[in-house]
Amino acid sequence: MDILYLLIPLSLLLVFLIGGVFWWALRSGQFEDLEGPAHRVLMDDDDHPR
Amino acid sequence: MTVTPVASHAPARACFHCGLPLESAVFPVTLDGIEQDTCCRGCQAVAQTIIDNGLGAYYRSRTAPAPSGRNAGGVPQELDIFDVPDVQRAFVRDAPASDHEKEASLLIDGVTCAACVWLIEQRLARLAGVTAVSLNYATRRARVRWDKGRTALSAILRAVADLGYEARPYDSSRAEERLRRERSVLLWRLFIAGFGMMQVMMYAIPVYLAEGAMTPDIEQLMRIASLVLTLPVALWSALPFYAGAWRELRVGRVGMDVPVSLGIVIAFAASLGATWTASGQVYFDSVSMFVFLLLGARFLEMEARAKAARTQEQLVRMVPAYAERVSEGGDGATERVAVAALRPDELVRVRPGSAIPADGIVTEGCTAADEALLTGESRPVTKRPGDALIGGSINTDGVVTMRVTRVGEDTVLAGIVRLMDRAQSEKPRIAQAADRVAQWFITALLLLATAAFAVWWQIDPTRALWVVVSMLVVTCPCALSLATPAALTAATGAMYRAGVLITRGSALETLARATHFVFDKTGTLTTGRMSLAGVTLLSGDTRAQCLAYAAALESWSEHPVGRALTLAASGVHPVASDVRAFAGEGIEGVVGARQLRIGRPGFVAALHGQTLPRELQLAPAAVTVVALGDSQGWLALFMLDDIVRHDALAMVRALTAGGAKTALLSGDRPQRAAHTALELGISEYRGGATPADKLAYVRELQAQGAVVAMVGDGVNDAPVLAQAQVSVALGSGTELAQTSADIVLLHSRLDALVEAVHTSRRALRIIRQNLGWAVLYNIVALPLAMAGLVTPLAAAVGMSVSSLAVVLNALRLLRNGR
Repeated sequence: MDILYLLIPLSLLLVFLIGGVFWWALRSGQFEDLEGPAHRVLMDDDDHPR
Repeated sequence: MTVTPVASHAPARACFHCGLPLESAVFPVTLDGIEQDTCCRGCQAVAQTIIDNGLGAYYRSRTAPAPSGRNAGGVPQELDIFDVPDVQRAFVRDAPASDHEKEASLLIDGVTCAACVWLIEQRLARLAGVTAVSLNYATRRARVRWDKGRTALSAILRAVADLGYEARPYDSSRAEERLRRERSVLLWRLFIAGFGMMQVMMYAIPVYLAEGAMTPDIEQLMRIASLVLTLPVALWSALPFYAGAWRELRVGRVGMDVPVSLGIVIAFAASLGATWTASGQVYFDSVSMFVFLLLGARFLEMEARAKAARTQEQLVRMVPAYAERVSEGGDGATERVAVAALRPDELVRVRPGSAIPADGIVTEGCTAADEALLTGESRPVTKRPGDALIGGSINTDGVVTMRVTRVGEDTVLAGIVRLMDRAQSEKPRIAQAADRVAQWFITALLLLATAAFAVWWQIDPTRALWVVVSMLVVTCPCALSLATPAALTAATGAMYRAGVLITRGSALETLARATHFVFDKTGTLTTGRMSLAGVTLLSGDTRAQCLAYAAALESWSEHPVGRALTLAASGVHPVASDVRAFAGEGIEGVVGARQLRIGRPGFVAALHGQTLPRELQLAPAAVTVVALGDSQGWLALFMLDDIVRHDALAMVRALTAGGAKTALLSGDRPQRAAHTALELGISEYRGGATPADKLAYVRELQAQGAVVAMVGDGVNDAPVLAQAQVSVALGSGTELAQTSADIVLLHSRLDALVEAVHTSRRALRIIRQNLGWAVLYNIVALPLAMAGLVTPLAAAVGMSVSSLAVVLNALRLLRNGR
């Protein structure tokens, strides 16, 4: 069971890591527009002005 | 990637840009070597701008046609005003981490599909000086950042206008922005609590399952890990509860937050102690779960509030930014001005498809207006010269010129927003009662918990603390506090969609309990417009001929009787000459070679000197009689009736079937009131009633213990409406702003009242179920917890299930089923 001494702190570390990622996502507005980006990825930007 | 161009779906003769039908003249643009036709110079210019900027991909990937470019041609000069620092103050900020950049929120109108988002973003991003732009498809809001040394806000607004969209500054200090920030903080707290809860559970379950078979050091490791994860939950996620409890205690009350905070703090502190001494039970899992579930309930409640705020935001957004004012020169030329600059009595031209900028009256042209968001009436309403237009409704058909009557805060739209604000700021009586009960309950609970602690301290000191925590958690009166507001919010929303506006917090509850519905007659049960009910012929002339004579004379009259007769003759009638009107008597004139009189029988008799016809006595008491005669004798008698609203009968039946009593009060002749009452099946009626009589009648009913709902037209019946416990007004738009009624039927449809009564009764039933459930649950749970039979974890589950049941039960109101 000694492995638990490694695994449990590791899981704690992971929790805080994931929490940090979520915090970043929330801060940068990832949850504000759930529809637009899905379409945006389909549009090409490479039409050049004449 | 295959993208189907929209143009191929549209009918052959539709505008390439906006999809409207093409007229005879077409305006071509060339995209990818293929010539396409647009419907007008505006669309052509917009399409050309898009293609010239290399954004033609927009047309290949859009899924909905663009807004019409018809109004896009003249970009208003007034945009320059947005460069003035004073004007910018409300919505432009200095961009963070930069000293020469500015940032603004813009609301973009006309965004129909995701390709529009791409188009606008691309166009703005290519503008020199714009450093960042993002347009939110869900909210239609763009955040733009620009270098103030290289470009100006007006240039950005102009670039959007060139694409055929309308951008306007969005004042981000509004309530919605605050709500958005609140929401994101709450979401973050909820996430921490939820994530912490799941992880702590992972450490707690093995300990439970092992039932003491775990080695002490592993068990201690689990405790420490749980503590680390619960720390942010108890210290950061639960902060709103501590703040709430502190607020409550400071004003000397005990609310829901007090036992919640106590429960969290006690459980956390005791578990902390157990971890410190490395012995005994820890309940970190219960703490984090409790916090998570309570925050979840708060989040749901906040979403409901945000939805309400969005409805209002939508209303405010309906007023366009610019209006086309007709210049005073009289040559019919128009200029674009900001709507805020409009003043009453100015003339404004409104084009099809655009929103009406202010309240006004049509002076020229015919059209239909879509007032769905304002009145719930889904069909467009026909508007002719003289008809009132409501600011914010959409002109759907033709070009009209209107005279502005009210602007800004005086408009109907502003009135509706104010009324909705008022209803939301008032707490209904039943919610106040629930709050009082909750407070009383919490006080009792705290006393009981203290007593239980004392008793358990004698029996088993190690369990005393857990019994207290279980008690505090399991009996959390959230269900009690959520029961009413959740149901009321849902019911108000459902009713607004049905065209019923609740303007007072307690109106819903009172309407549900109403035992007597008292109606005013003219304008409420009837439309207030006269109609021809019958014709009695007294000579050789045909009915059509008599009607034509009547219409010939009455076409000179503005009286409702005259309009009814003209209408009945379907507008075809000869022209009368030598017409003279006798006020209050009738009209005399010559048609062909015959001298005719129409009006009161006595007035007509004076022309030919004959006695009153016998048929006059036979005429029903309930109609107005108008006689027609020439110099030889009587020609005809016309019976006129005020049209009873087509849905009045069904409404009275439905109300009676629901167990309510109905009564009719009218200032009209008693016979007439009796007639209408009988026709509709209303048992009680008073005719010839003065306003004082009506008031006395309602007081008398109330003295007998009746809950009276008075239904009137809102303006003429103000005193009696105020006397009734709940007042319902028919608001056909214009009078709405001044109404004092508790409930307004927005499109003057009486069946909406039935719907309202039905929904309010359902709401009250659901509130009672919720309260009953909350009480029952507590009666069962409290003794169990006191007896030490409920673990803190089970308590947290029980509490949250009961709260969830209450919210879900309330949400049933949003469904329209019966």
